[in-house]
Order: sequence, then C-alpha cells, then structure tokens
Amino acid sequence: MAQVILDRLVATFTAGEIEEIGSQHGNEWARVRRDAWTSVCAFLRDDSTTDMKMASDLTCVDRMGREPRFDVVLHLYSVTMKHRVRLYAGVPEDDCAVDSVVGIWPGMDWFEREAYDLYGVRFRGHPDLRRILMYPEFVGHPLRKDYPKEKRQPLVRRSGIPGSPE
Amino acid sequence: MGLEIYNSTVQAAVNWARKFSLFQYPFVTACCGMEFMSTAAPKYDLARFGAEFPRFSPRQADLLIIVGTITERQGPALRRVYDQMCEPKWVVAFGVCASTGGFYQNYSTVPGADQIIPVDVYIPGCPPRPEQVLDALILLQERIQRGEGHSQLTLRAEAGHDVPIAAIRPRDKAPVGADKPE
Repeated sequence: MAQVILDRLVATFTAGEIEEIGSQHGNEWARVRRDAWTSVCAFLRDDSTTDMKMASDLTCVDRMGREPRFDVVLHLYSVTMKHRVRLYAGVPEDDCAVDSVVGIWPGMDWFEREAYDLYGVRFRGHPDLRRILMYPEFVGHPLRKDYPKEKRQPLVRRSGIPGSPE
Repeated sequence: MGLEIYNSTVQAAVNWARKFSLFQYPFVTACCGMEFMSTAAPKYDLARFGAEFPRFSPRQADLLIIVGTITERQGPALRRVYDQMCEPKWVVAFGVCASTGGFYQNYSTVPGADQIIPVDVYIPGCPPRPEQVLDALILLQERIQRGEGHSQLTLRAEAGHDVPIAAIRPRDKAPVGADKPE
C-alpha cells in the first residue's frame, strides 16, 4: 500500500537508523533507532513523496522480558497521499526516554503525556510532561506489566469499612 | 407520653412531605446518564414521584444520584459534593459501576461509591432499565417515610435517640409464590 514510504526511508537513512522494516496486511511499519527518532519523523513530514502531515496516534507497548523493554509506537497518515505508516522506537528500561515529537506535530502533546503517565517513558524536550489521566499523588505507572493490576491508590475512603486504610 | 405521640405524628407528616419533594443532584459520570435522562424524560417521568427538578448545586439538593463509574481521581469531588448537601440527605447508586465498580476491576476505579460515601439504595444493571430506577425511588420513599435513610438515622442518633443498626428491610410484599396453593 505504501511501500514508497519504506523505500524512501531506506534510501535516505543509510547509517543504520532504520533497523527493520516490514509489511503485514497492507500496513507498513519501520523500526527506528532511538537516537534518529525525531530526524526520521521530520523527514517523513517534510518530504514531498511521503508528506506525513498528520500524526494520528502515539502510544507505548510494554514487552516485558524483551530487550529493549518498551516500544513507542507512532501512527502517521498523509492527507494528500492517503497512505499510512507505523513507526517503532525501542526504549530500554534503565534509560527510559525518547525524544519528543511535539516540535514536529504539536498535537502529540497529550499523547506523549499519556504514554508517560501510564508507562513511565519520558519524552525529552516535551514542553509540559505531567501526568494526564492519573492524579499527581499516584505512584508508579499502571499499564506496566509489573504493576499489580488491582493495586489501588485511594485518595479518599470512608472510615470504618472493611478494607479501608484507616 | 403525649409529647412522644405528638412528635411521632409530626415526624410522619414531615417524612411524608420529604419523600414527595426530593430534589436530586445527578452526579453523572458515564453512559448510565443516557438511561437517567430517559427516566427523567416524559415517557417514564420521574416527576410523577415528586423528584421533579435536577438541582445542579448540591446545596439545593437532598438526593444524590451517582450515575456511572467513580474513579479514584473523582473520589474527592464526590466526597465534597456529598458534604455540601444539607441534611437529611439520601444517596442512590445508579448502575453496577456506582454500586460495586462493575466490570472495572482495576487500578483506577473505586469498587463501589459506598467506599467513599454512604449509600441508601443500590440499583443493579448495566445500565438499569428506567423501571428499575422508578422501583428504587419508590423503595427509597418507603425508607424515608420510615425514617431509615442513613442521614435520618444519624440525625436521630445525634439527638440522643436509641437507633438500631440500619437494617435494610425487604419491601412489604408477599414472597414470590406465596399466593399459590401447594
């Protein structure tokens, strides 16, 4: 469907920035080296043959047990070319950060805050990296695979009922 | 003796007035709100029972209807709304999410609004049918008439009366199958 995007990427970034490419069910994807994340994104937006002016989604995947542990996933779309591509960047747990793409697509602001809130991946250069869904008192990142799925951190509870912290 | 009879008669009259003039505060957070609107709209017409106006200020309301999922982050807001209401007040948990957390068994959802504030009547269903809501309202009115709402009991206890533990009595109706001969 959009092999032209992968061809452009492989032809342009020849120093190993594109670690892996693939296509499944008509959806193209590319795994990008973490330090080239923003330069690849800026290229895809500005190149006339790709023209990815719209970023439709940014999220994260916790592949616990694999190295690097996290994948930041970015879905791009071109309004003029009507083609899509999916980008991955592997993020290790001990240096859990990747460059922010807010400077390239300002709409990715809240998506990166959500990924930071739920997975704990920091986005370098983000203008306001705060929690967006959970409250500031919350400790940890609830969508990480090692967060206990029912561990609640109550802000308020009635006293004297079973299970209450008092 | 005479004073007590007088007091209980006045109390019954006051409770009768209270149960037919409930001013509701709908704390609507989720999809149950659609069903609540349906109940309040003319087809099912909650107003028939005196619960006419939703008051969007807790200070003017005496019936808090929790409609939808309560997350941990919303907990303090719910608590504050409840605290701002004047006594006596009543609380209805509308739908399974407000009653028990429903199918949200996770880090973000409060397992039932009664973890945060007292609840008088629980309405099951995802979402409940309007008939269930009307049934719950009638159930609540019966409890108000008997003076068994949680804040009515609290007020009586604070006034020095001997208050039994709030018992959730079944409604006055014959058990299923009781009218059929064996």
